[in-house]
Amino acid sequence: MKVPRKQVRRVDGLTFTNVLTGGKLTLLCDAKTDGSFLVHHFLSFYLKANCKVCFVALVQSFSHYNIVGQKLGVSLTAARERGQLVFLEGLKSSVDVFFRAEEEAHPLHFLREAHAGNLQPLYEFVQVALKPADREEAAWTCPVLLVDDLSVLLSLGVGAVAVLDLVHYCRAAVCWKLQGNIVALVHDSGDTEDEENDILLNGLSHQSHLILRAEGLATGFCRDVHGQLKILWRRPSQPAAQRARSLTYQYKIQDKSVSFFAKGMSPAVL
Amino acid sequence: MESLLALGGLVLLRDSVEWEGRSLLKALIKKSALSGEQVHILGCEVSEEEFREGFDSSINSQLVYHDFFRDPLNWSKTGDALPGGPLGVLRAMCTRTGPGPVTIALDSLSWLLLHLPCTTLCQTLNALSHKDSCPGDSFPSEHVHVLGLLHEELHGPGPLAALSTLAQTEVTLSGTGDQASACILYRRPQQRPIHKTQWFSILPDFSLDLQGVSPLKSQPHADAYTSPVDLSTHLTFNLHLSKKEKEAKDSLTLPFQFSSEKQHALLRRGLSQATSHIFYEPDAYDDLDQEDPDDDLDI
Repeated sequence: MKVPRKQVRRVDGLTFTNVLTGGKLTLLCDAKTDGSFLVHHFLSFYLKANCKVCFVALVQSFSHYNIVGQKLGVSLTAARERGQLVFLEGLKSSVDVFFRAEEEAHPLHFLREAHAGNLQPLYEFVQVALKPADREEAAWTCPVLLVDDLSVLLSLGVGAVAVLDLVHYCRAAVCWKLQGNIVALVHDSGDTEDEENDILLNGLSHQSHLILRAEGLATGFCRDVHGQLKILWRRPSQPAAQRARSLTYQYKIQDKSVSFFAKGMSPAVL
Repeated sequence: MESLLALGGLVLLRDSVEWEGRSLLKALIKKSALSGEQVHILGCEVSEEEFREGFDSSINSQLVYHDFFRDPLNWSKTGDALPGGPLGVLRAMCTRTGPGPVTIALDSLSWLLLHLPCTTLCQTLNALSHKDSCPGDSFPSEHVHVLGLLHEELHGPGPLAALSTLAQTEVTLSGTGDQASACILYRRPQQRPIHKTQWFSILPDFSLDLQGVSPLKSQPHADAYTSPVDLSTHLTFNLHLSKKEKEAKDSLTLPFQFSSEKQHALLRRGLSQATSHIFYEPDAYDDLDQEDPDDDLDI
């Protein structure tokens, strides 16, 4: 993401230099807008940083992410071939579930159950995908789990507590044991009073170290400013800074990058 | 805040995404440990290393950490998980017969509430915080402190109210700007509940730095009220009637009120001289036929 220097002072949060330090859960959240540009950013960011990435992609096809990734300078096909990227294509593999014998483990096994229980098979898939194989130990830097997105699991009948348990176990396995990072997208249902989604969003917020919230502008659609991004730092290492530190920027999504600027400082209005 | 641990029973620490409460929980745990109490921690949300971070070794040696972070639901099936899960551990603590005061910290009560039925949890907490002393033991039940960290936004009003009624003390974390505050509600038996707002900060070694108390439950920045302006001065109209005006008003008959005088006035109309007349000069084109004003009926 390019930050125009003339208008905005360099902010560590936007360059995310601290995100590579490991053991962090970053929550991406969008309200009244599409926050998937953040998912594409993190995917290309971590692949370029030579991390081993497990991407649980439930919303779009592989080729969609690949096309956007190419604009951002990474080839998902190449990453997958060299073993850097483990890609679970939800749309394709959900159909496979029904053509397998029931006893065979499948990460999306919950789709077969009348009452969707827990997401343990999905957790085990992630665990296996990011487990450092002996010969690869020196090859990749920290492991990363990327999920797009968790709200889809609620739509598929999984309870909010089951999704929170999945993230809890992934945190234990990826953040704590492997000192890796997790980035997950959740939608904020806003005024629609979706209790399950609210529990999921609030529960994840309490578990997160960094929350990036993309919001549509309160005044509606604008051609030059696509939305605003609120950055919230939580669980700082020193207890003295108790309140979650927050910053707000506005952004415009361009073809190959996103430009950020302080509120009201869009080049279109200056 | 000093008296938070003086009262026994359940202390609810209600935090939010913006104002986290784990630091305060750790600060209270440190206080308990420094006063020589045994401290048990039911850790469901963060790893043991993360929880113990910031405590020095003397404090850490007094903390007994029950780890439910790594495998709370026994998915790994390695047999490492503590039997009975978190509920089993809580129930075991209820029947503990060791002497001396003890502090039990629940990190977090929200996790327990999401995974256990509310009634079971409330019954266990009640048994825990009102633990009967062993026969012959002179320690009163005030010596069991249960500190429960609760994330307010995760639960509906029902479970929150249920836990509220069980709690002897409720601390709600909030603040303004960078300054944290705790709204404390003390429920002492046979006394009225007391509200207090305590401003505080937590130092890097998890000691509490208390600043300022205000008795008001709501915002501590209660702006000094200016005396309300008397708006009834300098008006261009009357707000009140004088006695004479009031009498005149009361004696006025309303136009549609049918009184006997009006009846007589109507009957006598023909005899009175001051009647009004309407003089009408019709134009050449005026149609005096009221029944066909448009003159288009073909009769």
